[in-house]
Amino acid sequence: MAFFTLNGKEHHEQPKAGQCLRTFLRQLGCYGVKKGCDSGDCGACTVLLNGEPIHSCITPAVRAHGKNVISIEGLTDGDELHPMQQQFLEARGFQCGFCTPGMILTACALSEDQKGDLNHAMKGNLCRCTGYRAIRDAIEGRAELSVESQPGECIGRDVLPPTAHSVVTGQEDFTMDAAMDGMLHLKVVRSEHAHARICAINTQAALAVPGVVTVLTWEDAPTRRFTSAIHDSHLVDPDDTLVLDQVARFVGQRLVAVVAETVAAAEKGCQVIEIDYELLPMVLEPEEAMAEGAPPLHRDQPDSFIINPGRNILVDIDLAGGDIAAIRQQADVLIERTYSTHRQQAMHLETLGSIGWIDEKGCLNIRTSSQSPFIAKQKLEFIFNLNPCNVRVFCKRIGGGFGAKQEVLTEDLVALACLKTGRPVSWEFTRQENFIGASVRHPATIKVRLGAQKDGTLLLIEVDSTLNTGAYGNHGGEALYAGSVALGHYRAPVKHFSGRSVYTNTIPSGALRGYGLPQTLFAVESCMDELALELGVKPNALRRQNMVGANDRIVTISDEPSDVVMGSYGLDQCLDFVEAALARKADQQGPSGQEWAVGEGLAIGYHDTVPPTEHRSTATVLLHDDGTYCLFTGTAEFGEGTSTVHLQFAAEALATTPDRIKLRQSDTKICGWDTGAFASTGIVVACQATMHAAKALRERILIHAAQHLGVEVEECTLDSGGVSSSCGGKLSLIQLAELARHKGIKLAEKRKGYGSPVSVAFNAHGFRVAVNRITGEIIILQSVHAADAGRVINPAQFRGQIEGAVAQAIGYAMTEDLMIDRAGKVRNPDVRNYRIPSFADCPETEVFFADTVDSVGPYGAKGGGESPFNPVAPALANAVQNATGVRFRHLPLTPPRIYEALVSTFAR
Amino acid sequence: MDLHGIEQVLPANLLDRNLSSWRAGDAWLGGGTWLFSTEQPALRRLHDLMAIPIGSPIAEEDSGLTIRSTCTIAELQQHTIAHNDWRAASLIGKCCDSFLAGFKIWNAATVGGNICMSLPAGPMIALCVALDGTYTLRSCGGEVRKVAALDFTIGDHDSILAPGELLQIIELPAAGLRRRVTMRRFSLVKDGRSSVLVIGSHDTDTGAFALTVTAATSRPVQLHFDKLPEKQQLRYSLASKIDPRLWFDDPNGTPDHRRHLTTFFAEDVIKVLS
Ligand SMILES: Cc1cc2nc3c(=O)[nH]c(=O)nc-3n(C[C@H](O)[C@H](O)[C@H](O)COP(=O)(O)OP(=O)(O)OC[C@H]3O[C@@H](n4cnc5c(N)ncnc54)[C@H](O)[C@@H]3O)c2cc1C
Ligand code: FES
Ligand code: FES
Repeated sequence: MAFFTLNGKEHHEQPKAGQCLRTFLRQLGCYGVKKGCDSGDCGACTVLLNGEPIHSCITPAVRAHGKNVISIEGLTDGDELHPMQQQFLEARGFQCGFCTPGMILTACALSEDQKGDLNHAMKGNLCRCTGYRAIRDAIEGRAELSVESQPGECIGRDVLPPTAHSVVTGQEDFTMDAAMDGMLHLKVVRSEHAHARICAINTQAALAVPGVVTVLTWEDAPTRRFTSAIHDSHLVDPDDTLVLDQVARFVGQRLVAVVAETVAAAEKGCQVIEIDYELLPMVLEPEEAMAEGAPPLHRDQPDSFIINPGRNILVDIDLAGGDIAAIRQQADVLIERTYSTHRQQAMHLETLGSIGWIDEKGCLNIRTSSQSPFIAKQKLEFIFNLNPCNVRVFCKRIGGGFGAKQEVLTEDLVALACLKTGRPVSWEFTRQENFIGASVRHPATIKVRLGAQKDGTLLLIEVDSTLNTGAYGNHGGEALYAGSVALGHYRAPVKHFSGRSVYTNTIPSGALRGYGLPQTLFAVESCMDELALELGVKPNALRRQNMVGANDRIVTISDEPSDVVMGSYGLDQCLDFVEAALARKADQQGPSGQEWAVGEGLAIGYHDTVPPTEHRSTATVLLHDDGTYCLFTGTAEFGEGTSTVHLQFAAEALATTPDRIKLRQSDTKICGWDTGAFASTGIVVACQATMHAAKALRERILIHAAQHLGVEVEECTLDSGGVSSSCGGKLSLIQLAELARHKGIKLAEKRKGYGSPVSVAFNAHGFRVAVNRITGEIIILQSVHAADAGRVINPAQFRGQIEGAVAQAIGYAMTEDLMIDRAGKVRNPDVRNYRIPSFADCPETEVFFADTVDSVGPYGAKGGGESPFNPVAPALANAVQNATGVRFRHLPLTPPRIYEALVSTFAR
Repeated sequence: MDLHGIEQVLPANLLDRNLSSWRAGDAWLGGGTWLFSTEQPALRRLHDLMAIPIGSPIAEEDSGLTIRSTCTIAELQQHTIAHNDWRAASLIGKCCDSFLAGFKIWNAATVGGNICMSLPAGPMIALCVALDGTYTLRSCGGEVRKVAALDFTIGDHDSILAPGELLQIIELPAAGLRRRVTMRRFSLVKDGRSSVLVIGSHDTDTGAFALTVTAATSRPVQLHFDKLPEKQQLRYSLASKIDPRLWFDDPNGTPDHRRHLTTFFAEDVIKVLS
């Protein structure tokens, strides 16, 4: 008798006793059943069990016995989309698409009643990318964005992502959606101590577990230190990390890898590994870590990059422009305030993971969830001393990244296991591992000093920032420098930025949307409001008076020669939009009751369109024999939407439609160099390369056609069918390709994109909030965002990026906090207790685009998937201050904190 | 998630007399929504309480409501109470709605599972304590005992259940169900896990008032009053009768905030019931 029916087909396989339905369905090939948490919290694994939606990760597989299961693969029988899938397509109800199958299946099962309260009905489905508005529109069938494109009319249109169909049908291939013959599974034992030296590891019992193939410890690992951080230049981070180390520097550091035939055997092996530790003194906070006598984390093998290993200081900077002492004298008002921020986890819905194998030619292949396969490849070559020809790294679709995949955290260990065993090896992080063993946003303590004249003229901006880089220095330097950008959008004769990045025995900090800027911008933009209060002027008036204008240069510290230019200016428009929107709803009331206080606030900021480190990309475009094009780019797609823009740029230049262009991407074997999809460079660097390559190919085709038609190039035009001359001659693309073949030439072009000069993008965010002075609850009544990203290439996608960034920033400002206890252990390493915003926590944000065209960016665009994040937290703190009269200088603004500060001000 | 340590899932009958085959590493499997949501390295066998259908999960009689522990949250929520003088029945829906978990999980999670989990934020615990419920427990040797809901949960993730002991039946007496009730709840995110859940119940015949506090404290606390207390008396009782160490500290709330909210909500509840 069949065990159960899956998507209309009977299956005879039996699940294992303790298996959950999720992995059983994936084992049967239904890779559309995703894992976001594996604990019932995110809904990515939703399937229908006898018609009822359930979370398959917490459903015992044995319970499916005799039942009927429908997964996303079986929602419709043929190529026709289910109406809900069509609605998700039309509303662009997805970005990375990892949550999408679960969203669609849940939405399909909602009653009309439930649809009336999506906040409630959808609370078991989390999305980290969209901020939910587009998903809400999809479920309610509210959006009808076009799914068709016209030839050569692609810029500024809501072109559908090329993978849209496969995302909504669950067919899109994500990193871990693969199994190989003979594939082994890797699991690690992580440190239980914040600082310890390993005296001995007993692997006997683990090796005796049936199915365990090998156990890897520091003694098996290469001795080359590297940095897990991904940057174009490896010299901007310290080489302080080993694949496996003899010293544990944080709770959660991987120490031993067990490689086995099954996940179960690897897990069992891990359980019986015995580690003999010598405990070392530990430090959790930068202040203690810099104190005399504090235990140094990296003294034994200092990279000269580490400025003061004895005091745990990774980098230390002090940059001043102008005479600070003199200007302090001149200031009528001088205020100094200290702010602090906490740890945020990216919580991309797809956890980290990679699969590696050595092919028949001896080449190491790694399929990974990375924002930069090219640099991951370079690191593997370096660590293992491999010839570049013998390493390939590639990405399939990635389920969200947000900067946290700008890090090599799985590839190295998988590579080691492959080299050791010669077999394919898979390692997928559990959600818990992703909380304790990946990276977080740098916690920071920031001192701001602002000096001004009575009339409001800003004289001095001083920011001193202390970042906790955690146990390793990945991104510790660059994130610190990035913080200086918060000084750039105001004019002041004297600016001073100092700071340090400090090692502690805590989870390493790393890259995350905004990259070091959200922390300092929170401080500076909060402090501007504080200064306004001190001066007795309106905060926004003070901003207008001092913010950079269209004809100013952006000076973050001093006016050094720089490649940052004001390619376009839209800060004034952003501020206008937000102010006007807030004014329109100025009489909006909060809930009734005296305890509710209502107020509004905003914040502004800017962002360089390219990071100061090098950023490069290569694109190749070619014409196939069948008259279609193929575009190769190194950039990975994780929901940021650059794939669509690549096609838009290429289609625009080639006067065709995106569906005539096949995109091949993120594979070091077939694509040219790409630094990576991070620092918001997708459009300005990678798509720039595509624009150049496509334009060059058009020229090439026109010249080629002109020769055959016997006319001048100027007389020829290219359209989606081929080339026609003004004299009447015509050659189709197929004919052109054939002629080229006969001639032995290739109609293909390759171009590079560079990240210099750099332009600037502006943002403003405003909130109206109601604050409950008894409970400490904040209700967001209005949320407004304005972005100046130059020409908006794909409005629907860009709006989605903004909404997603705002939602993630609301989480940062209000609900998310990765807490660490006194032993250095993460207190809430699970989705249930690390609260990312759900449907109900995300207000709808009104989004405005400034009307600018950039002179630097391709097709006038500036990009900006990150910058909308930055002004959100200070805007919230400013609004709460405006409502309650109390300034909150420490993030996040949780009810217990707010209550604590307000309880004395409000007697009931 | 996959529970790799599990070697066997055995069907179990909730109403069976005894279960002598119980051994270390065994656990009862209700909906499995908690069991499968975290690693269970100590477990080897699960006794599946849902494997054998045993008829209606809820029985409503004049004496009260009898709920089998395997009744799912969804079944409980969908049950329509026939006795229209059971004013407190409104609590049932509200408590079902007080999970962080959404409706898909209510389809699987059981009332008994929630009670036996003994989390401070267990809304079925709040419901049963507030309505003076009693539980029927049966040991694996077959001995049966009845305990008051209030005495069952003794701490965060801690109850009086002995190894192998099974929660079979939950009884909510009509006397409790007839009271006037009001509930207040707070969570750090909208519709999230309870930080505080306070229920006031007023017996309009005798005038007695009871305040049930859950989620804010590591185990349920109940304060009894002969009549609706004045603010001062209420505050005094909260301060003096609740051991300060009980205010729960976890990522979903701080002890101080919980204590403050409990007081605030308790006052509010009394105002509503006055
Ligand atoms: C996303 C999510 C959110 C959640 N939110 C909440 C929440 O807000 N509040 C909350 O309290 N819980 C919450 N939970 C935890 C859990 O799902 C619920 O407590 C649920 O009610 C447990 O019921 P179950 O039948 O699934 O229990 P199971 O997982 O089957 O069992 C739970 C425990 O109780 C034991 N057990 C079960 N039935 C019996 C019985 N009849 N006799 C003796 N022992 C038994 C089991 O052995 C196990 O130890 C949440 C879970 C998830 C996945
Ligand atoms: S993977 Fe099942 S709910 Fe997240
Ligand atoms: S689209 Fe929802 S998690 Fe990425």
